[in-house]
Amino acid sequence: MTEKGISRSFIKPRDKYGWLFISLALILLGVLLFYPIVYSLYLSTMSSKGIVQKFVGFGNYVKLFQDSMFILALKNTLTFFLIQVPIMLFLALILATILNDKTIKYRGLFRTAFFLPAVTSLIAYTILFKMMFSLDGFINGVLLNVHIINSPIPWLLDPFWAKVTLIIGLTWRWTGYNMIFYLSALQNIPEEIYEAAKIDGANKVKQFFYITIPLLKPLILFTAIMSTIGTLQLFDEPMNLSQGGVTSATIGPGNSLLTLSVYVYNLCFKYMPNFGYAATVSYAIVLIVALLSIIQFKLMGDKK
Amino acid sequence: MKKNYSINRILVYVFLVFTFIVSVFPFYWMVAGMTNSAVDVIKGKMTFGNQMLSNITTLFTTYNMVRILLNSLKVTGFTVLGILIVSSMAAYGFQIYSSPAREKVYGLIILFMMVPFIALMIPLFRLIVKMHLLNTHSGLVLTSIASVFIIFFLRQSFKAFPYEIIQAARVDGAGEFRIFFSIFIPSMKSSYAAAAIYSFMASWNAYLWPLIILQTDKQKTVTLMISSMSSAYFPEWGVIMTAIVIATLPIIIVFFGFQKYFVQGMLGSSLKQ
Repeated sequence: MTEKGISRSFIKPRDKYGWLFISLALILLGVLLFYPIVYSLYLSTMSSKGIVQKFVGFGNYVKLFQDSMFILALKNTLTFFLIQVPIMLFLALILATILNDKTIKYRGLFRTAFFLPAVTSLIAYTILFKMMFSLDGFINGVLLNVHIINSPIPWLLDPFWAKVTLIIGLTWRWTGYNMIFYLSALQNIPEEIYEAAKIDGANKVKQFFYITIPLLKPLILFTAIMSTIGTLQLFDEPMNLSQGGVTSATIGPGNSLLTLSVYVYNLCFKYMPNFGYAATVSYAIVLIVALLSIIQFKLMGDKK
Repeated sequence: MKKNYSINRILVYVFLVFTFIVSVFPFYWMVAGMTNSAVDVIKGKMTFGNQMLSNITTLFTTYNMVRILLNSLKVTGFTVLGILIVSSMAAYGFQIYSSPAREKVYGLIILFMMVPFIALMIPLFRLIVKMHLLNTHSGLVLTSIASVFIIFFLRQSFKAFPYEIIQAARVDGAGEFRIFFSIFIPSMKSSYAAAAIYSFMASWNAYLWPLIILQTDKQKTVTLMISSMSSAYFPEWGVIMTAIVIATLPIIIVFFGFQKYFVQGMLGSSLKQ
């Protein structure tokens, strides 16, 4: 760009303004982002009970593997990740593909409606779902009335169904959000590609798998990684779906909704605080996010 | 062949309508719930009742909703303002005065955006305690105004600004800060609007961090109050529904009023690469 030429004559003497403009953000990010990241790493090598702290090196990291609560939280979190994220992204892709078809009527209305859940606060929708999925609540009422089930499903009282409820909730909240990403990208794909495919005899399903998905690959990767970070941080929903909310003894029946982030919170604020070990768990989350992101990059090809 | 096509069509519409109902129904249900008693809400009553006035009265007298709303407004207002000032200056600095050294700093910041908040939480909490900012709104605002995402988003949209205008202003003798405040900001209104809406949503709906640093009832925000109301032994679901409606309303209004900026803000700038 022309900026190259400009930079020699114009920007050089103004370099200090560049630093001046970013200085406020740099100071804040230094204190609120950089310092916590480093300090957390230091803390993760300490064991603390109350105010007594002692250095344990990698001790906390070894402890992770013997901590059954951590392993349970890890299993739960990975279950949500492996089941919910693919369902949601696939559904979002299908909805985006349908709404990109200009012959569909009321596209604007559908788009707005599908996106609407993304507007609600996590707490608000979680509590709505908690009420709808109660034992004698709305969902069971409907299912019983249309004779899909004979006895009410114990949605939030059974470890398996509690997970299902959370997955349904997450999918409700985030599918439309991801759909909007795909929809804006689809609008940039020239229609001629689909026309050509149609002439070659490819039906809609084939077009979806051989044209739409490959072309959206970078964006699918982006949304997958965003969802990974989101899932590993799951906190608001499991906490508020549990009976008794914040004060509850277990997170979901049999701790079936205990996620890694909730576990970190409990280690800090519910049990006898052990900030050192909590920092270790939080660093484990960072490592898992990094690992899963790298795997997804590898799986989806090397294109940036 | 033609008939087959139309059957597919019908299936597509059935799928769309079903998804439509699933997406929208909870909104209807929350408004209906606002008019019903706790027992009716938990039993899944779908029609409107006559408890609305009593629910609203309980919410504003027993739970002091006015103060809670003012708390949320205050925190959100200052946070959004802070984020806009700090992040837009930074984005401007990175974009307009591009230099290799600053690009390195920028790369590092963007890398840190991947770190989940939970990993920062413990040191931040200790910092807040040390600075005696626990249970204060200023503590919450202060720790929320540095947003890497908004810096990233604004920088992407600032790329479209014609550099020649800045040059021309310099030739006319305008100072660097004057160019930013009186020429640049007014012409980038839509980027600011998108960033403002995004930060408004994030701040208004924030839960984990406020939960940790606002531990007294007096300081609570709307989100915290709804959560603690539903954690009660005998939750008053009708009243909770009313609170949820009131908490959701501002965002719905912003959404329908500024849909274009809203979606732009949510998408960030991922699409422009």
